[in-house]
Amino acid sequence: MIAAMMASSYNAKEEDGHHSGSSSHGGAGAVKSKKPDNTAFKQQRLPAWQPILTAGTVLPAFFVIGLIFIPIGIGLYVTSNNIKEFEVDYTGVDINSPCYSCAKNFSWNSTQSCVCSVNFTLEQPFESNVFMYYGLSNFYQNHRRYVKSRDDSQLNGDLSALMNPSKECEPYRTNDGLPIAPCGAIANSLFNDTLDLYYVDSNSTKTPIPLAKKGIAWWTDKHVKFRNPSGNTNLTVTFQGTTKPVNWRKPVYELDPSEADNNGFINEDFIVWMRTAALPTFRKLYRIIQKKSGTTPTLPSGRYILDITYNYPVLSFDGRKRMILSTISWMGGKNPFLGIAYITVGSICFFLGVVLLIIHHKYDTRNNSADIPN
Amino acid sequence: DTKKPRLNRGGAWEENPNRHYANNKIKTTKYTLLSFLPKNLFEQFHRFANVYFVFIALLNFVPVVNAFQPELALAPVVFILSVTAIKDLWEDYRRHRSDKEINHMDCLVYSRVERRYVEKYWKEVRVGDFIRLRCNEILPADVLLLTSSDPDRLCHIETATLDGETNLKQRQVVRSFFDLDCDFDPTKYNSIIECEKPNNDLNRFRGYIIHRSGRRDALYKENLLLRGCTIRNTEEAVGIVIYAGHETKAMLNNNGPRYKRSKLERQMNVDVFWCVIILLVMCLFAAVGHGLWMFQYGDKRPVFDVLSPEGTDLSPIMSAIYLFLTMIIVFQVLIPISLFVSIEIVKICQVFFIHQDMDLYDEETDSHLQCRALNITEDLGQMQYIFSDKTGTLTENKMVFRRCTVAGVEYSHDANARRLAMYQEMDSEEEECTSHGGTLPRRDSVTSHQSARVVLRSQSTKSHRRTGSRAEAKRASILSKHTAFSSPMEKDITPDPQLLDKVNECSSQMDFMRFHSQPMSQLPSDLSDIIDFFIALTICNTVVVSSPNQPRQKVRMRFELKSPVKTIEDFIKRFTPSRLTSGSNSSSSSSLITNRSSNRGCSSILSSPSAESTLTKLDEEKPPNLEHTFSPVPPCYSEKAWAVAEGELRYEAESPDEAALVYAARAYKCSLVGRLPDQVTVELPHLGKLSFELLHTLGFDSTRKRMSVVVRHPLTDQITVYTKGADSVIMDLIKPPNTGKRQKKIVYRTQNYLNLYAADGLRTLCIAKKVLTKEEYACWLQRHLEAETAIQGREELLFESALRLETNLHLLGATGIEDRLQDGVPETIASLRKAGLQIWVLTGDKQETAVNIAYACKLLEPEEEILTLNADSQEACALLLEESLHYIQAKFLCSSADHAAKAFTANFAPFEIYPSSSPSSSSVPFMVHRLGLVIDGRTLAYALDKSLEDKFLAVARSCRSVLCCRSTPLQKSMVVKLVRNKLKVMTLAIGDGANDVSMIQVADVGVGISGQEGMQAVMASDFALPRFRYLQKLLLVHGHWCYSRLANMILYFFYKNAMFVALIFWYQFYCGFSGSAMIDQWYLIFFNLMFSAFPQLITGTLDKDVSAETLQQLPQLYISGQNSEEYKPYMFWMNMIDAFYQSLVCFFIPYFAYADSDVDLFTWGTPITTLALFTILLHLGIETKTWTWMNWLSISFSIALFFTVALCYNASCPTCYSPSNPYWTMQRLLQDPLFYFLCVITPVTALLPRYFYRACQGTLFPSPVQVGRQLDKLPAETRRNILSLSRVKVGSPLSTKPPFLSLAKPLPKGSNKTEKGSFPSPKASQGSILQTHDTRKCHKRSQISCAPRFCVGSLQFSGFLPPSKHMHLNGLTGQI
Repeated sequence: MIAAMMASSYNAKEEDGHHSGSSSHGGAGAVKSKKPDNTAFKQQRLPAWQPILTAGTVLPAFFVIGLIFIPIGIGLYVTSNNIKEFEVDYTGVDINSPCYSCAKNFSWNSTQSCVCSVNFTLEQPFESNVFMYYGLSNFYQNHRRYVKSRDDSQLNGDLSALMNPSKECEPYRTNDGLPIAPCGAIANSLFNDTLDLYYVDSNSTKTPIPLAKKGIAWWTDKHVKFRNPSGNTNLTVTFQGTTKPVNWRKPVYELDPSEADNNGFINEDFIVWMRTAALPTFRKLYRIIQKKSGTTPTLPSGRYILDITYNYPVLSFDGRKRMILSTISWMGGKNPFLGIAYITVGSICFFLGVVLLIIHHKYDTRNNSADIPN
Repeated sequence: DTKKPRLNRGGAWEENPNRHYANNKIKTTKYTLLSFLPKNLFEQFHRFANVYFVFIALLNFVPVVNAFQPELALAPVVFILSVTAIKDLWEDYRRHRSDKEINHMDCLVYSRVERRYVEKYWKEVRVGDFIRLRCNEILPADVLLLTSSDPDRLCHIETATLDGETNLKQRQVVRSFFDLDCDFDPTKYNSIIECEKPNNDLNRFRGYIIHRSGRRDALYKENLLLRGCTIRNTEEAVGIVIYAGHETKAMLNNNGPRYKRSKLERQMNVDVFWCVIILLVMCLFAAVGHGLWMFQYGDKRPVFDVLSPEGTDLSPIMSAIYLFLTMIIVFQVLIPISLFVSIEIVKICQVFFIHQDMDLYDEETDSHLQCRALNITEDLGQMQYIFSDKTGTLTENKMVFRRCTVAGVEYSHDANARRLAMYQEMDSEEEECTSHGGTLPRRDSVTSHQSARVVLRSQSTKSHRRTGSRAEAKRASILSKHTAFSSPMEKDITPDPQLLDKVNECSSQMDFMRFHSQPMSQLPSDLSDIIDFFIALTICNTVVVSSPNQPRQKVRMRFELKSPVKTIEDFIKRFTPSRLTSGSNSSSSSSLITNRSSNRGCSSILSSPSAESTLTKLDEEKPPNLEHTFSPVPPCYSEKAWAVAEGELRYEAESPDEAALVYAARAYKCSLVGRLPDQVTVELPHLGKLSFELLHTLGFDSTRKRMSVVVRHPLTDQITVYTKGADSVIMDLIKPPNTGKRQKKIVYRTQNYLNLYAADGLRTLCIAKKVLTKEEYACWLQRHLEAETAIQGREELLFESALRLETNLHLLGATGIEDRLQDGVPETIASLRKAGLQIWVLTGDKQETAVNIAYACKLLEPEEEILTLNADSQEACALLLEESLHYIQAKFLCSSADHAAKAFTANFAPFEIYPSSSPSSSSVPFMVHRLGLVIDGRTLAYALDKSLEDKFLAVARSCRSVLCCRSTPLQKSMVVKLVRNKLKVMTLAIGDGANDVSMIQVADVGVGISGQEGMQAVMASDFALPRFRYLQKLLLVHGHWCYSRLANMILYFFYKNAMFVALIFWYQFYCGFSGSAMIDQWYLIFFNLMFSAFPQLITGTLDKDVSAETLQQLPQLYISGQNSEEYKPYMFWMNMIDAFYQSLVCFFIPYFAYADSDVDLFTWGTPITTLALFTILLHLGIETKTWTWMNWLSISFSIALFFTVALCYNASCPTCYSPSNPYWTMQRLLQDPLFYFLCVITPVTALLPRYFYRACQGTLFPSPVQVGRQLDKLPAETRRNILSLSRVKVGSPLSTKPPFLSLAKPLPKGSNKTEKGSFPSPKASQGSILQTHDTRKCHKRSQISCAPRFCVGSLQFSGFLPPSKHMHLNGLTGQI
């Protein structure tokens, strides 16, 4: 049909060309005519595809969508289900929770850190690399004024911005006349709980599980966006003349005492935190548990202990803190939603296709009448 | 009125006394280089939307509430303002160019220094300058005529550019300069002119000239030559400039295009207002939400709730108030900033395409449609009433002789009719060739048709060959450019062979009798009638003969007589001799001439005593060649030479009828070769040149409706009155029929033929004569001269005198003149009417003509009843209206009730032409009946009175066609205003002359007919068409397209913005109503301006819901525009709901897909933006009806642009673009499979309901437009069959005709002529068989299932009907 239409349109064009040619030959000649050009564009006769939406014409589309979506959905669903995930809430709201006392007594002003331990059991072993997240709920990292409250130039190592942070950081721009590094509300509210994971084997010995703290931030963040001012040589000197954010216990150049090159603005925990979450319930990558080798699972099933240095108060705004262990597939973390969505939409399309088929058979007479002349 | 003295003083050359008057330089531009920026900005800020957007942009600079980077927020506003500014600048530049061109035209101005006329630019002309004007020059300013080379001290001008009238108008030299015999010398001029202040009244000029002697002479409009007119027929004229430049009447009349707001735009503004309300509600909701969110934390401030920059704590209420303002900024996109600019761009493109349409180009005049108003193109698709002028609009204003009856014998002039048909055919053929073909079979048919034409041509006679097609006509019109009413069609009349034989026979007999000195009375009466008939045609007029070499120069001998017979003495002098002796007459008449010539000093005398010659010829029977020595044209007797000389003569007539008759007579070799004030020279076959002494001319007036000339017949020496006039008056003046049986029979027969002519739509004129005895004449002359010399009541006396003369006439015959309708007028009217348009004709013409033309153009149908309203008083008019109202009600409403059609039509949108909400309408919907209303100007004046207007409207709206005759320009505009305001309908006025200007200005859309006619109407109009028939394509195709494109685009815009903004609104629930946006501010601001802008512009410009061909063949589709079906108020809300649904899908699918993940704000927001873009584009795809490569390109471009910009933007700077800082976001997303899965499912889910709905609608209840589209899909052949058959069988509810009145109506012949040629008959018949088959099938089906459905075969647009009504319809169709 389309081809026929195209063909006819091109024919029309050809014919027009012929006529306009002959008329200009016989026409007034030298007199410049105002006659419009006879082009398909100007005469609005461009070859065109004119789909008409009727039950008959859209029927195949619905079935095709249905047939494609349902398998995709099933695939996604299965993939998602294969992902192992474990979550433990250590906020300490419940009076039985081991962190109850920490949670109750702790505030930003506390100087002494509080430590609590949570026991949990993994029913199934985690085979591949395990990602360890901390999760916060009811934490509005996407608040408009909060999101703005940072200075990217400062974080990129700009010296002038270091000493004179952007106005956007107000009211966390300066403290006691000294510029805050890193400035702003986001940095100020940096998540500072420390989580340590131990495997408790059958004879109750705590084996610490190695947690890799490198590679949790985006590569571009770590290497391009975030930079320490003037190299990494001596951060204490570099950050002289600045002060730490009010809520922080230690300055930015002492964030990671264990590794020297993970300090300052390029501390990965800091970088991860600075990437503000989209929704009030979010998780952030904390550590990675690398798969060792061979057939041993990364995390075998069994009892574990999570040691928490409880520094981060969330109860004031009714927040929750979680620790999440999760393996990852090619499509990210565990989320069955997309699979279900594909299956549902596919089914609906299929169903609507059937409805249209009925409608088409009952009412659509167009094709019949159009077919007769041919 | 206040008169401002304007001084024009000559003599004092040192200093121009008129220097303080406006000079002749015109400047129509709005801006100068310096004033452009402030003035343009000032004008743009008059538009409320711009102020609003600037306000929002400025709001962004307030730190507490700002949502975006302030500089970034300015970008859209600046962009919008600059686009508009550039457009304005360009328009202004064009005006500047045309001004410059006009200002630099040349004219001859008297130089005070050089003491001669020098060439100067128009702009250098000043008030008080003397200007020398030559033939065919255009007047640069308003000039007072001081002298003219014309011996009568006249100057002929053509005012076509002012009022569109192509006939010549005479202007007189100011009285005090009248007697100036020699050349006017500007240096001797020493007078003061005082006149009124410049005003725009073309028909008024008052003032006086004060000479040095103190004498005052009054000045009238007859002395004034207006700027823009063209000097014709006058070799040279000199005048003094009175008004120059912008003070000229032409310029004062030239108001710039007024700003009109289209109906669609008004409707759109209502919805913009709704958008504002939605915006405020959303902002309020967010503000309250934010307040509550803040409130729940109480005094414990969470870490993420940042303090104000000052470090102070904000109360929830203050915070909510600030947030309200912030939200206005964030949600500003809901008020579509780019909508206004996009609409303007689309309209400009639409105008461009309308300009470019070949079908709207007229080759003959080399002009195409002009859109003068750029912003109301879509109104063309919503017209409901058309008010049309008649002459020059419906007709060509070219009178063509068609047929005549002489002495009771009809000469049908079949060959002439064929010739005229030839013109028509050739025109249409040529169109067919140039118009776009379409398909191969069509092409075949065209070529076969062409070959047929070749055969026809070879068979045709010489005259046929001489006629030409359009191109030829064009060439001819260039040649004869300076001659009014003389296209070959009008000139080359093919004589009726029978009549031609009789004329020849008759004249040869007369020649014989003259040779043998037999009295002419011996001639058989039927033959003498014939020769008299032609003589009457030739001389009973005021036609001026032009010579071939000097176009528009009178052929004249310098003969000094002004009025034929001035005194009794004169009469005696002239006539006594001939009565007495033949010997003395020659001397007496020559003495008469010498007497007269001695009266005048300066003028040259080309002595040609034609009076003498005729007399001597009569008495002495000189051989003809002797006589010719005296005649102005050298004798040439050979047939060939004669033909050449004759062919080159041109006739200048004041009215086209006269010219037509003269040309007709010439076709019978009775040609007018010269006209002098007291003598008319006619060349007759065999008899040669005969000079008729013109004794009196009793000019045409509208009360007498006739004109007469009194001449002395050179052959019989009788004083003969030839009268020509409207049949209604002449027939009453015929000698009582008891005088002779023959005459009685002639009168009877002629009357019959007259009726026949009238039915054919011809303008009829009766020709009669009367022979006066010398005594009778003397008696009449006595009183006539008294009347002429009377001081008081001269006009009345002359009128009575004419009445006395024109009695007891002897009927010679009658002529049928065709004021040829423009090509395709009946077809256009028929199809416009089918399109649901009411057509009213408002004309200044007399009732009979108007009615004739109305019949000819199928405005009135013979079977139609006609209500004629002619009343003499207000009361009579009221009574008449009351009666007709009763009549209509009695006749039609009752009968419709019988048919149970009342209830049936009540719910029937297309039938109910008027909204029932209109103020005066009763509960019964008004229906348009097969009824014509004819009303004359006087009655109209009464009817338009406040007390009667409602009644008049009630009557008029019930009639299918309304014809207002003899209406003044003011009345025309009042009628339009009345209909427009009272019925709340869209009105279109179309006209060509100055008298239509007011009507054009009042109507919603004014259309001027351009072509070779005037500029006045064009100046006032919104659209200028070369021909009336182009209105069909303009309205049905371009109007429909413009309307549906724009309506769809506006709806889409609302949808798009709402959908996009709602995404952010949903997000507020998850960010504590803090006004945060997950969409990067750059995307947010440029989404409308860049990423999603092009496809909608392309669709808004190029989308065609139905092809041009189908739209024209199925005018019913126009009704959708009239009922605003593309953009109903509910559609806005449906679109809003759809937008909210789609945004929910686009928001929540990513929401759930990323729920409780480590996704960050903008890595989550970017997919949402992408999804929104895909959804929006796909939505446009569903709404797009025609996919050309432009659509594909624009959509791919949009997507490519988005990704390119996003990738570049996300890679460009790691620290800029606070706060989002989306470094490497898009790049990472593109590596994420989840992103692709989202991109597939989200748009599909979002568009599923709309797609499903459209599919169901297309099948279950397709709109007529969709049916049209389905027709488009059919192969061309089938479509044509269906369309042609659907015309015959108008059973569709879309038909404007009430179904209970004759449904099956044959078509006007012309309308399907082209089709007939284009497909062979066997196929057509095959199609009809299929048709019946189809129809039957449909019927059967409808009886089984009452659900509405569509069946192409019978073309029943039954989508509107609930099942029960549907059965009615089928019942009705069944009956037929």
